[in-house]
Amino acid sequence: MAAGNFEKYKSDGSLGGNLLEWVDARFPATSMWKGHLSEYYAPKNFNFWYFFGSLALLVLVIQIVTGIFLVMHYKPDAALNANGVPVAFASVEYIMRDVPGGWLIRYMHSTGASAFFIVVYLHIFRGLLYGSYRKPRELTWLFGVGIFLCLMGEAFFGYLLPWGQMSFWGAQVIVNLFSAIPLVGQDLSIIIRGDFVVGDATLNRFFAFHVIAFPLVLLGLVAAHVLALHETGSNNPDGVEIKANKDENGIPRDGIPFHPYYTVKDIVGVVVFLIVFSAVMFFAPEGGGYFLEYNNFFPADPLKTPPHIAPVWYFTPYYSVLRAMVWNFFGLEAKFWGVVGMGASVVIFAFLPWLDRSPVKSIRYRGPIYKTMLTIFVICFFILGYLGTQPPSFWGEKISQVCTLFYFGFFLAMPWWSRMDKFKAVPDRVTMK
Amino acid sequence: MSNEGKMDCGRRRLVVATAAVGGAGAVAALVPFVSSLLPSERAKAAGAPVEVDISKLEPGQMMTVEWRGKPVWIINRNKDMLETLPKLADAVADPKSDKKMQPEYCKNDTRSIKPEIMVVVGICTHLGCSPSSKFKKGAEEGMGGDWMGGFLCPCHGSTFDFAGRVYKNKPAPDNLEVPPHVYLTDTRILIGEDKKGA
Repeated sequence: MAAGNFEKYKSDGSLGGNLLEWVDARFPATSMWKGHLSEYYAPKNFNFWYFFGSLALLVLVIQIVTGIFLVMHYKPDAALNANGVPVAFASVEYIMRDVPGGWLIRYMHSTGASAFFIVVYLHIFRGLLYGSYRKPRELTWLFGVGIFLCLMGEAFFGYLLPWGQMSFWGAQVIVNLFSAIPLVGQDLSIIIRGDFVVGDATLNRFFAFHVIAFPLVLLGLVAAHVLALHETGSNNPDGVEIKANKDENGIPRDGIPFHPYYTVKDIVGVVVFLIVFSAVMFFAPEGGGYFLEYNNFFPADPLKTPPHIAPVWYFTPYYSVLRAMVWNFFGLEAKFWGVVGMGASVVIFAFLPWLDRSPVKSIRYRGPIYKTMLTIFVICFFILGYLGTQPPSFWGEKISQVCTLFYFGFFLAMPWWSRMDKFKAVPDRVTMK
Repeated sequence: MSNEGKMDCGRRRLVVATAAVGGAGAVAALVPFVSSLLPSERAKAAGAPVEVDISKLEPGQMMTVEWRGKPVWIINRNKDMLETLPKLADAVADPKSDKKMQPEYCKNDTRSIKPEIMVVVGICTHLGCSPSSKFKKGAEEGMGGDWMGGFLCPCHGSTFDFAGRVYKNKPAPDNLEVPPHVYLTDTRILIGEDKKGA
């Protein structure tokens, strides 16, 4: 169903028709339209969980558009201005107070960052529910993991730009993590910072990464994600391959054209999403200190760390994994294993297509073992996320160690437990619930 | 490409040679970009020493100055503070300052040139946060009841005594760094250099 051998458009003699025929002879307009929208057949049984892919695309557009307008007023400069405030921090204040509509654009961007992660986490969870990562969609999944990594980079680089206390000390801690890598660590952290301390050089290069480098990579990966998906066709809540059952015209019997059916359905999702998004943006843009941390309303002070620093909420599960590693192994410092654990807890998602050995894809036909394991995993993820927002404590450390064990256990033991389950028979056709 | 299954070896060698030269060029082109990521000459030159007047620093007080973008603490330790140091020899990870976190002339019991004046970089050796001062003994500032006074890193909970020595079993691996410094007069310290007038 990928864009391919669709017939070129033939004009009906009208002016618009002639123009389209002229374009179509020189550019694959019709075949792209049909291949990806009007004749891309998606399973007819998509449910609630299938909104989040298109919503992620919507948030991406919001971030790019608001980002472009923020860059028009923002200045990546750590030098102090005449009032003794860093120029970067002052330019954000300027956007908030003096630029007409600037506060709204900035709140769209900051709320959009959190919304992006909420939507993407739900999108990933959908994949876990219905086995969307399974053969033949492994590449779609891998591109997705790449998008997630890129998104984390975007968020990290972007968070330094307001040059507040949390920006500064968050970057200080994360960049210092790299110095824990044996042999090359010290040099690597200097290359990342561009200086021996987090400073103007760091701010400028993070700005370059945030507004140019990572968005370009992100857009490329999103295109690859969608192209790979359209090559194999979408999965669905039953995990049934709709291409296995086609009618005489070669169209899947359980498929409906993406446009207009799902474009219209997604509009409903967009409306509901935007209601929630606007409510947060207008009434609680700080998200209770989780979306915008209070300490970040103080300008960066390299001489004083705030009494409690924690990453923004979407990084806290991995931050907890980092803090859970307190033992030295193989002559390497605990700090290094913390970094390894944190990296592994994200990258391990990439191996799911090969770790899962169950004969069925969807949770609907899996047994109690998968349901239990997934529930434990999600609970551990939430506990890790909560503990990551809290100051270090004795019990917090113990609990996060247990949760980290379950977190990795879910993945690493999957080849065994995913086979042991009780399975129900998968129907030939999709079901409508 | 060859229809009869025969390979034109001369052409193939040319293709390989062209690709190799092109590849070498591409790698060479990386050099300016990677080197531009390194600290600039200006950043390297920014390590100028800082002169500090400590005549107004009363016993028990601490002041912070900036040196190379980092906080440097100068603590005028009173008698109580100094008395805690020998008592903590078993509680800290490197009581004799064996690791090279200080110049030779500060490798002593108080990690300082003058016993009462402590000069130390206020950056935790774990992940680079700046510890906060918890000078009061006991639980008054949220520490444990047996707290002898010192510093607590807010990020990951490492604790340090009045000589910047890290307590055992904490995330920070080393004692706080003592920068090179020298007394120009009795009350003026030059931080960042060892020798007078150098």
